[in-house]
Amino acid sequence: MAFNYDQYIRGGKLPHIWCPGCTYGIVFKSLLRVVDTLKLNRDDIALVSGIGCASRLPGYVDFNTLHTTHGRALGFATGIKMAKPDKHVLVVSGDGDATAIGGNHFIHACRRNIDITVLVFNNYIYGMTGGQYSPTTPLGHMATTMPYGNIDPSFNIPELAKGAGASFVARGTAYHAAGLDRLIVEAIQHKGLSVVEIINACPTTHGRRNKFKSPTDQLLWMKDTFLPAVAFEKLPPEKTAGKLPMGVLYKKEGLPEYCETYYGLVERLKKQKEGRAQER
Amino acid sequence: MGKIKLLQGNEACAEGALYAGCTFFGGYPITPSTEVAEFMARRLPQIGGAFLQMEDEIAAMAAVIGGSLAGSKALTATSGPGFSLKQENMGFAMLTEIPCVIVNVMRGGPSTGVPTGPGQSDIMQCKWGTHGDHPVICLTPAYVQEIFTETVRAFNLSEKYRTPVIIAFDEIVGHMRERIEIPDPGVLPVVNRTKPTCPPSEYLPYDDSKGDVPPMANFFEGYRYHVTGLNHGTDGFPVNASPRIHTDELRLIRKVEGNKKDIVKFEEYQLADAEVAIFAYGVSGRSAKTAVEAARKEGIKAGLFRPLTIWPFPEEQVAALSKRVKAIIVPELSLGQIIFEVDRCSKGRCGIEGIYRVDGDPITPAQILAKVKEVK
Ligand SMILES: Cc1ncc(C[n+]2csc(CCOP(=O)(O)OP(=O)(O)O)c2C)c(N)n1
Ligand code: SF4
Ligand SMILES: [Mg+2]
Repeated sequence: MAFNYDQYIRGGKLPHIWCPGCTYGIVFKSLLRVVDTLKLNRDDIALVSGIGCASRLPGYVDFNTLHTTHGRALGFATGIKMAKPDKHVLVVSGDGDATAIGGNHFIHACRRNIDITVLVFNNYIYGMTGGQYSPTTPLGHMATTMPYGNIDPSFNIPELAKGAGASFVARGTAYHAAGLDRLIVEAIQHKGLSVVEIINACPTTHGRRNKFKSPTDQLLWMKDTFLPAVAFEKLPPEKTAGKLPMGVLYKKEGLPEYCETYYGLVERLKKQKEGRAQER
Repeated sequence: MGKIKLLQGNEACAEGALYAGCTFFGGYPITPSTEVAEFMARRLPQIGGAFLQMEDEIAAMAAVIGGSLAGSKALTATSGPGFSLKQENMGFAMLTEIPCVIVNVMRGGPSTGVPTGPGQSDIMQCKWGTHGDHPVICLTPAYVQEIFTETVRAFNLSEKYRTPVIIAFDEIVGHMRERIEIPDPGVLPVVNRTKPTCPPSEYLPYDDSKGDVPPMANFFEGYRYHVTGLNHGTDGFPVNASPRIHTDELRLIRKVEGNKKDIVKFEEYQLADAEVAIFAYGVSGRSAKTAVEAARKEGIKAGLFRPLTIWPFPEEQVAALSKRVKAIIVPELSLGQIIFEVDRCSKGRCGIEGIYRVDGDPITPAQILAKVKEVK
């Protein structure tokens, strides 16, 4: 039976703002399937975003949704999670939102290992503002603010997340949608800060300026470029050029989760106080 | 009788927050406000509340808004440079109507300025710091006891009007120790946000049909709705059209300006027969009071108008005052900011004289007294 997306979409809020050929819709549907698979109670989900095309996603879904300021979604999300640690807090962010203006919040959320799932929609460009280069734009690529080709070195988002202390790091693509479902499921189930970098295509402001004749070409590029991490690791070094790993790239269980540690402290203080009261 | 304590202004602020039911603090250390954070770091874990030292003031402001949306009464405290960093997200809370309290313990200077000295030069930033037209409530206590009660009032106003409230006091009263009484619970009123009573399917988070302050649902209570910093319709979803944007922005302003009777608070000291008035708040208000006492001893009819609410500005009161006195003296720890408001409301009906100081020291009663004698 076909999956019923409507049950999670807010009545009257479609059509969405995304361009024809934008892959964000694919990820959007993946997220809804995941929520269904995990049987999450939608009253218990807060979906938080920053600013950008990706960050418009929360408006369409029937959860508690919060569309914040550019780059700051993780600050808001951290506040929500600390106030209500038993709820599911998910963040949707663009590559610019998460790693340029929000880079500081991103690394610190990773460091705290707070139980939030961050989905970074990496389309290698600032889509919403019309195609300026971002911290993930590949060298040489054309952007409106790199009219002679990008000279600004890029971040590797999974490496950044891992280095900063995230306990679950994965990469999926809009092309490999079924695999993406599994990654997001695992990310949400993981206790701690989980990051899923999701490779996306922005045909409007990136693809057509960078020799991709159509959105399909960008999807085919994903198909050719990304290999399951196990397969990628088996490649001899000379064959890794132009290839990138996807799947779960890093996972560490059992690390202290921030809210658990904090509220553990609260419990300890409570017991001490009760203990002192009994001694009196 | 409540509890008698010897407290610093910053500590009294934190005590006031707890009294008002604050269970969430997000901050980033900065002199001269840090003691508020340190106090909350000690106390919030003891009562099961959440304390967060974030990576910067931007994140701290964001966390506070998130905490409030999830149902907590939330506080942040900062000074000068940190207050600048908070501005964008403060505007977000104003437009999305999420209650929270922001303390700005004012120091001197633009930039790093005078971290350990008092200032009153953020007072226009309190009003205009974030971009766009927006409602602002800002309270200006001058005594440690007052910092306590005004912090309680700040939370109450914030919850009642669904808007951020700023408390701005200077380094001197923030760090000064005075005897205060912390009233027993129940003595001071504590206001909580009005929640919706309709079924979730009918909930409109920005419904203005029954009044200017729509009931607010917290996240996770069954009322799933959308919050965005884009101008939005009654259902919370982005609107890019006339006339909604215009009418909704007017409502936001009206929430505050239309309730000035409830929000504006001030002290009048020896004003009834005064010929010379002093308009001063915070530490300058304290010096002004001493100056009035000294002037009265010399037979000079001086009086003090001391606002405890600086925004919305006590326009009617200053206008009325300007009709009765020869001059209004405005001492402030800036190169002249709030004097523009006093001047605007006086409409040339009386003389307006500023006393400005930005060298890290307070304006002394002697300085004010000399000015009183000059203009009397
Ligand atoms: C403080 C601030 N600076 C700049 C902007 C303008 N702006 C809006 S979206 C955006 C970039 C978005 O790029 P990305 O995060 O990659 O998201 P995408 O649109 O590609 O999904 C920028 C610079 C803003 N809204 N706020
Ligand atoms: S501009 Fe790019 S990222 Fe934005 S909706 Fe269009 S295709 Fe998608
Ligand atoms: Mg992007």
